[in-house]
Amino acid sequence: MDSAFVALLLTGLFVGNYVVARFLGMCPFLGLSKKVDSAVGMGIAVTFVMVVASLLTYPLYQLMVKLGIEYLRTIVFIFVIASIVQVLETVIKKISPSLYSAMGVYLPLITTNCAVLGVATLNLESELVTGLATALLNGLFSGLGFTLAIVILAGMREKLDKQPLNKHLKGFPISMILAGFMAMAFVVFTYIKLGE
Amino acid sequence: MKTRDVAVNGLIKENAVFRMLLGLCSILALSNKAINGLGMGVAVTFVLVCSNVVISLLKRVVPNKVRIPCYVLVIATFVTVVELLIKYLSAKSSAIAQIGDAMGVFLPLIVVNCIILARAEAFASKNTVGASAIDGLFVGMGYTIGLTLLGIVRELLGSGSIFGLQILGGFRITFFSQPAGAFITYGLLICLFNITYEKIEQNNANRKRKASVTLSNQVTEEGAVNG
Repeated sequence: MDSAFVALLLTGLFVGNYVVARFLGMCPFLGLSKKVDSAVGMGIAVTFVMVVASLLTYPLYQLMVKLGIEYLRTIVFIFVIASIVQVLETVIKKISPSLYSAMGVYLPLITTNCAVLGVATLNLESELVTGLATALLNGLFSGLGFTLAIVILAGMREKLDKQPLNKHLKGFPISMILAGFMAMAFVVFTYIKLGE
Repeated sequence: MKTRDVAVNGLIKENAVFRMLLGLCSILALSNKAINGLGMGVAVTFVLVCSNVVISLLKRVVPNKVRIPCYVLVIATFVTVVELLIKYLSAKSSAIAQIGDAMGVFLPLIVVNCIILARAEAFASKNTVGASAIDGLFVGMGYTIGLTLLGIVRELLGSGSIFGLQILGGFRITFFSQPAGAFITYGLLICLFNITYEKIEQNNANRKRKASVTLSNQVTEEGAVNG
């Protein structure tokens, strides 16, 4: 269990980082990384939804396999995720208005965030995920990995905004190139070896 | 709306890959080889045309408040159709099986590809069935061409081949096949496309201005409304 925990942690955060190594969740990664504050908000919201989605979709898929309707998984998963987002929005609004004002605007956007549907689908394919507990951890660490990447990019973009830059490179192209440099840095983590 | 306008719009003006910057995940992940880009493009175009047609048919039936979940359900259905189709074809041909493997998780993720939802919301929910089908086809083709182009550049530099055909001998820079290479190549290609697009726009504007003063007034007015 311990080595599985470490493997999930390293994979989710660094080696298999959802953004820079797997290209999942690119839209919010580039769309909401202008300011560090909003990047942190989006990161927390995504992590939250990823954990809940892993918790619900994993047992649901087992049930679907038993019923022999696993080919419907994409339709079922996207509906579960849309419902989770809707419920979360209502609940957070009721319980903590301050958290809602920080996170609220990002929540509806998460339905179409491929990182969430990605974690639900990859939970079924990853060899590290062996049960509900590991699925939950995979959701958590993948979400934290997303948060890490988006916050780093936001930090770089905030600094770069103050620099003079060719107008054709400004905005999206330069963010893409920055993300490329991040991906290069993240390659270092693939040298970490676990066990033999 | 004229077919020609829809075509220019889908292929160039609002090109999904280079202008609208939608569906980034699949663009970056499947541009490592030209053939993967082409395969993904065809899959997305199929879903786009089908979902545009159905959503256009349903536009008077679906209540405004629940339209997004309905669109998503329609799109998810067609994605499932594509998934099953590829599974079926993979058993028959090893070439398709290879592309299917490369697509992997990005095949079910077509559901959350923003291009499809964007066309449903911006075009299919407001236009006739025929126009929506044509729009889906051209936007899909614009996406396919953009993705394949990026795939050709990355495959040529990263593996020294195009569509699996070795042309650079043993020369390759593996960097371009890796994630970091995807980001940087894509960023630079968008920059290049923007420069070219601006040049063409300027040339067109200049030519029109020379042709007639009244016409040029109209163009600037149109530009102001569109912009």
